[in-house]
Amino acid sequence: MLPPTPCQTVGPFFAILVPEQDRLSLVQDGTPGQRITVEGTIRDGAGHPIPDALVEIWQANADGNYNHPEDARNTEPDTTFDGFGRVHTNTAGRFRIETIKPGSVPGPGGRPQAPHLMVGLFARGLLTRLVTRIYFEDEPSNDGDPILAEVAPDRRPTLVAARREAGRYSHAIVLQGPAETVFFDV
Amino acid sequence: MASRIRPYRRPPAAHDPPNDVAAYRSTALRHPARPLVVIPQTLSEITGPVHGYGPIGPLDSDLTRQHPGEPLGERIVIAGRVLDEDARPVPETLVEIWQANAAGRYAHAQDTHDAPRDANFSGAGRMLTDAAGGFRFTTIRPGAYPWGNHDNAWRPAHVHFSVFGHSFLTRLMTQMYFPGDPLLALDPIFNAVPTARGREQLVAAFDLDVTEPGRALGYRFDIVLRGRDATPPDE
Repeated sequence: MLPPTPCQTVGPFFAILVPEQDRLSLVQDGTPGQRITVEGTIRDGAGHPIPDALVEIWQANADGNYNHPEDARNTEPDTTFDGFGRVHTNTAGRFRIETIKPGSVPGPGGRPQAPHLMVGLFARGLLTRLVTRIYFEDEPSNDGDPILAEVAPDRRPTLVAARREAGRYSHAIVLQGPAETVFFDV
Repeated sequence: MASRIRPYRRPPAAHDPPNDVAAYRSTALRHPARPLVVIPQTLSEITGPVHGYGPIGPLDSDLTRQHPGEPLGERIVIAGRVLDEDARPVPETLVEIWQANAAGRYAHAQDTHDAPRDANFSGAGRMLTDAAGGFRFTTIRPGAYPWGNHDNAWRPAHVHFSVFGHSFLTRLMTQMYFPGDPLLALDPIFNAVPTARGREQLVAAFDLDVTEPGRALGYRFDIVLRGRDATPPDE
């Protein structure tokens, strides 16, 4: 068996490959589902914004289907929604995602998962990718989510975006400290 | 109704670098201090962006032909295969690279290193692997450059690699280094990889078979992504 290639930091200059900054849109005109905006900030252990982070998003469509051959529930691919995007933070450590609220997808044992965005995070000073999720404050199904259930109750709020108004959420990702976001070993 | 989950193998212990590495100063305030929370792999994790996104043009894998003139520096070819842990090829997946120019400067506004820019070199490339997992980039050998980590700190020459694989779990960001570089022994980022075997995996091999006669020196760099777990799924 071959060991996987070890990871290294993305460094500060990935923008020459990934020009998208500040704002990421995953939707097209015809994408079905509830339009939402997630306004995020990323901070370090001193509370300073991280102006050079790369955020990758992966999510299901409004029906809870992933655009991937291993989502066996797909009868035909959704041509209006790919579900992947990436964006880097601006000088204030902020980013904005315009997308649709994903549907529920099955979890362990077929138990439904509450709507969530998958997040992969890279930055200078991070030697690995950090993996987290963004859930939504106004989803009652969060209470039964099998992944949130794996997290200590006092830390679950770090995974839940706050609702500001209809369709608009804000979410802080904190890499270190008392309000440290939950990161997953997957 | 639930899709059958074929899980991916968890990475071996102490194979990837830790996030808290005192010698790499920028990790101090950026590493999570709490342990990662282990969760089961669900449909959300085992699916993922297969092709990344964006159209790929014919010149995207030749970084020496993206401008009217040729970039300065030593022309090289980097060829390799993307495999999984069971040595199976990973076909049709996006491989991206980015790097400094031959003088050790990135085409990035915030790179303030006092070295020449090169108007004929952007330093970014991308391609999809072929059916055998193969990729091949033509570029120039990047220069080493100083950085502020410690007194007289220099990064060894390196090419950044971004690989997707077929799952959210196979995503890889890494760096390829060059054999025989004396700066490798001094670099806290390279040496954050805990095992000698792991560090060797990040160093390309000079390869006369990849070398294009009269044109470009060849380096081989194979990339291994996480593979499937052999144990049966639990549902």
